[in-house]
Amino acid sequence: MSLISTLARLEAVETGRAQPVATVRHRHLTGRPLVCVPLTTAGEAGAPLGALVGTDRDAPRLLVVPQPRDRDLRFAFLAELADVVLPYIDSYAADVEAAERSETDPETGKRVKVEVELCADAPQLIVPSRAGIDFVRLLGRSMRFRRTAEQDPEAPHPAPPRVPLLGRWLTHYGERARVPGSALLLALTDVLSRHWATGQSSLEDQHLGALLAWIDPPEGESGAGAALRAELLRDGRGQLVCPPAGPATDPAFDNKLLAPAIERYDRARTALAAAEDGVEADDRLGELTAAEQHIRELVASRTRPTWDAVWQGLDLLRALPEGGHAADRWTRDRWSFTGHRDRVLAGEPPQPRRDDAVTAANKLATREREQARLEAQEALDDPLVMAGRRLAGEAFAGEVTDVVMAYGEGRRPVPRPLVTVRTDDRPQPAERARVYRSLGGRPQAAEFVGHEDDGALVVLRIVDKMGRGKEPEPGSLPEKGDRVCFTLFEHEQRGGAKLPDPEETPWTHGGPPGDGSPPPDAVTEEDVL
Amino acid sequence: MNKATLASALGSPSAFGQSQFAFMRGNAFEARVKADGGAELLRLVHERLDPEAPPPKGGAVPDLGASGPEGRTARTALALREATGTGGWTLLDHPLLALDVAGSPAFLEPDAVVVHPDGSWTVVEIKSFPMLDGSADAAKVGAAARQSAVYVLALEQVAAHVDPAPRVRHTVLLVCPKDFSNLPTASAVDVRKQRSVTRRQLERLTRIEEIADSLPEGTCFAPDLPPDRLTAAVESVPATYAPECLSACELAFHCRDRARAQDAVTSLGRSLRAELGGLTTVGSVLAAARGESGDPDDPAVAALRRAAALRSEALGGVAAPRAAAEAVPCP
Amino acid sequence: MTAVFDPGAEAARATDAILRDTLRGTHRGVVVDSPPGAGKSTLVVRAALELAAAGRPLMVIAQTNAQVDDLVLRLAEKNPDLPVGRLHSSDADPYDKALDDLPNVRKSAKAGELAGLDVVISTAAKWAHVKGVEPWGHAIVDEAYQMRSDALLAVANLFERALFVGDPGQLDPFAIVGSEQWAGLSYDPSASAVTTLLAHNPELPQHRLPVSWRLPASAAPLVSDAFYPFTPFRSGTGHGDRRLAFAVPSDGSGPDRVIDEAAESGWGLLELPARHTPRTDPEVVRALALVVRRLLDRGGAATSERSDGPVPLTADRIAVGTAHRDQAAAVRAALAELGVQEVTVDTANRLQGREFDVTVVLHPLSGRPDATAFHLETGRLCVLASRHRHACIVVCRSGVADLLDDHPSTEPVQLGVMVKFPDGWEANHAVLSHLSEHRVRWEP
Repeated sequence: MSLISTLARLEAVETGRAQPVATVRHRHLTGRPLVCVPLTTAGEAGAPLGALVGTDRDAPRLLVVPQPRDRDLRFAFLAELADVVLPYIDSYAADVEAAERSETDPETGKRVKVEVELCADAPQLIVPSRAGIDFVRLLGRSMRFRRTAEQDPEAPHPAPPRVPLLGRWLTHYGERARVPGSALLLALTDVLSRHWATGQSSLEDQHLGALLAWIDPPEGESGAGAALRAELLRDGRGQLVCPPAGPATDPAFDNKLLAPAIERYDRARTALAAAEDGVEADDRLGELTAAEQHIRELVASRTRPTWDAVWQGLDLLRALPEGGHAADRWTRDRWSFTGHRDRVLAGEPPQPRRDDAVTAANKLATREREQARLEAQEALDDPLVMAGRRLAGEAFAGEVTDVVMAYGEGRRPVPRPLVTVRTDDRPQPAERARVYRSLGGRPQAAEFVGHEDDGALVVLRIVDKMGRGKEPEPGSLPEKGDRVCFTLFEHEQRGGAKLPDPEETPWTHGGPPGDGSPPPDAVTEEDVL
Repeated sequence: MNKATLASALGSPSAFGQSQFAFMRGNAFEARVKADGGAELLRLVHERLDPEAPPPKGGAVPDLGASGPEGRTARTALALREATGTGGWTLLDHPLLALDVAGSPAFLEPDAVVVHPDGSWTVVEIKSFPMLDGSADAAKVGAAARQSAVYVLALEQVAAHVDPAPRVRHTVLLVCPKDFSNLPTASAVDVRKQRSVTRRQLERLTRIEEIADSLPEGTCFAPDLPPDRLTAAVESVPATYAPECLSACELAFHCRDRARAQDAVTSLGRSLRAELGGLTTVGSVLAAARGESGDPDDPAVAALRRAAALRSEALGGVAAPRAAAEAVPCP
Repeated sequence: MTAVFDPGAEAARATDAILRDTLRGTHRGVVVDSPPGAGKSTLVVRAALELAAAGRPLMVIAQTNAQVDDLVLRLAEKNPDLPVGRLHSSDADPYDKALDDLPNVRKSAKAGELAGLDVVISTAAKWAHVKGVEPWGHAIVDEAYQMRSDALLAVANLFERALFVGDPGQLDPFAIVGSEQWAGLSYDPSASAVTTLLAHNPELPQHRLPVSWRLPASAAPLVSDAFYPFTPFRSGTGHGDRRLAFAVPSDGSGPDRVIDEAAESGWGLLELPARHTPRTDPEVVRALALVVRRLLDRGGAATSERSDGPVPLTADRIAVGTAHRDQAAAVRAALAELGVQEVTVDTANRLQGREFDVTVVLHPLSGRPDATAFHLETGRLCVLASRHRHACIVVCRSGVADLLDDHPSTEPVQLGVMVKFPDGWEANHAVLSHLSEHRVRWEP
């Protein structure tokens, strides 16, 4: 953590409320995100207990699994989730704009421009916390290999086709969330922490209620006090007043409220199954419905505060102006969405359980490139972020004190003017290192020549973006008295070398991967306790 | 002493506790793994750790029942010794081991220990978190590895009393549910690193008597003491709070209150201190940053002032963003 | 009669076996582990020359441009007539200007223009862009332990067979983003190239250079035990073979006493009083600079097997090593104040592969209130503790042992990942306990 964010945290302690660590919003928010607040069952992987989902803050859809161990009820929940999420995704798939993409021509091997579709906007999924993103991945993994009755008529518990489809989408979103700066799937605690520093540790910031308490405490109360209550306050029945944002539930809730309710539901179901006539069945169905309703109320009571908190957090974020490059990164997200839409339409199989060597290497290269891009863009968009880079010696700002015309040594004289900048920053560039400034949104490069006046003056030689002539084009050079900011890092990222195709995986990496339509997960009766 | 009860009595109850769903499923899973005389568990040990050995066909499961921890430890040691010479597979279900910690015995109960036909011993740890496509939560596996390393050390102490000393394997077997099922799968975990770290820690551990000796006369942690005396008693024990404690110790909330009351910067995270040098309180850091105190030649102070200047320059003209949100925060 | 360890013969035996497997073996790959100063560069040059002499077209893959240029210069020194191609990037100043003086070295940014030359050398990053060429029969991959698996993936289709050479104890390659999702996969892209290679080809012959010609007899056992516990090596020289002496006697100050201790024993620990400090601890930085100043002022002379008489200990034979760049910058400034110019001051990353007579090291944990994985990484300490031919002086605040005890390693464990030894926490303790036998306490 940079000293600047440390100071913000300490100031938060002192003032009792969160302090800004960004002056603009560094993630794009769409006009109609889909919020999902899931809960899971303790002790079991991929056993959802329920969720609140939807795009309307006043009308979330409540989905509940009254007996999380019951496979059929679990699948019904997933199908219902697909009924909410897939139409939302589909609503973005059809609205496209024309775009160009470079592709390698299979015959000539040359790079050519191809006219393609790009979705005009993309569905955006918001979960309360980082654990929520993990849960999205887990759900995606548990669904995408499910077999439908059409694929495998013999399969026990066949899934409706929309379930594996949702699994593939959630998997795609879960993977995309690993790309730095992407905004298709966001954990609200992460985005809030990116913009505000609280007076508690980053570990405690993962509690959405406590985090919001610091950022936006109730009138007349300190963030510290409100956060403490959000974290620990329990009601007369020993229940947390601000339940955890999930997907895990509080053990006290499981033991004191949920377990008896599920027991009652199980009893009612057994009784209904044993009913001997219609009248008895009607009565017992009433009890079953009541038992289920009780569980629904319990789940709603644990998810609704988080649901409201998520929307409160989104309001806080929307109040910040969006950073200049956030839209650029969102366009990349739209490409990602469009690409997956096309793969689904083309009938490609679901993502494999684990990446092959080439896919893994490509993903890592992409993420490293996006990380560098994100760091550069956030600094260019936000003086507070740039301040951190300046403190770290990775950028410097100051006033131009001198511009001297000079020319390169080549046959044709090209302008290589010397610019002197007076700065309080202390950059440590290597000899002849490149530095960059933003010139109308494009990076202009200069070469570090040397320090003067005990480091207070930095002498640079501008090397590009001055036009083709002997004299630099007007406006392409800073003038004496201008405020400038140069960075030691590049503003744009070069693409890496192309890796071999998976079928050309070399012997050092095990050779080409085997044929892989992945088998479905083993289904055994033992799964259900 | 029960730290959770103590924490409640101090007025900072811990958020610890286990959901009965997790508890039931964990127990059911362990029972499944050990069913049929441990047939499945022995099969996994054979397959993952010792495929060269003859496959287990109905391994022995000796009765380890005895009275008191000393009795059970002795019974376990005897069962281990007896099993070692048999040339067959033996499963010890919940053996009890004693480890010498700073002069006092600590009793440890691994989920299982398996004796191989070659007479070597393996620690088996059964956990209820899943192995999904062959990988598992690394933090949880790390905790299981550290736990198992302690068992390995304890087993080595038992082995040292057997002649010839049997080999205690430094690779333990971690058994977990496979994917989304309740079927067991297993992975070998090399715990040599954890073992050597634990060994060094045990060697250097402050002797418990030394902690006891340094406490004020008559210190007592009985939870029914009046809160002020209890607090005083607990505060006489040295402890350094960091946020990581919250997930590891029942007393963490109490220590956090103390750290916050002392204005300690570590309550905001250990890593924060890295650049602050000798400044340890929130007040002293902010005062140094504002130029109210501190030696400007101290690089920590100089860096703080530069950071403060850059920060206010960047925020110049920008009011701290404060949204007029109407939503109801958690009460 | 006990067998006498003959380092020259041991090393020659290992080299012969490596060359035999490389030139006449049946495996597609050969892996050579080379501890610090064991003659890795000599081996690479010799293997390249022998492959070229046998008429086998060879590509050489190194990790940095400096390494590539260094190899080209060494090859030309050994055989000025050998046609060598230097494949370079299209950036400004892509290669060392010294290459322009070598008549048989052709430079180009296009692999096609270097086709047919006996040896073509470039960085892994540049090779990754070479497409659509006939594969080379042989490759030598240098610093293979510092190369990432994905970088090998990008170039492995360019060659049929390869010799992989590197030092497993130095700094591991790293990724700037998380790569946990591939942990445990044999081809984890963030792992080292050798890890992936051996996971898929466990039958490949693995060799080890058994003798460090750089490290003195006083240093080899500690470095070997602490950082290469399962692949030990010896020093090529004996205890009396190297000597460091100073014309000017000690003035009794801390720096002079620690210099004498290090001259005598090969190690010295200058310990300042315990205090929590920022990274650029002014007292420690100044102490480092003073030690260097005194090393130069006291008229040091190094005697070794390389020359008949003592050789003056000059500034170019001394280096200062730090963990962070800002520390290096602070030390440079402090040295400049004391009028010292020519001494190399750099971070562990940049000192990899370099060699000096005396090194002065700022302990990575000195004055720290916490010990992070970065500071505990074994490779960093290993690099810093294995650059010297005569003596290594460590400057540190007291209290590091307690700091280590407060931060036991509680690393997460990924299933299926081979445990890498040694553990940083353990290795730090081992080095510290050895250093404490050569401690000079000093209050500046």
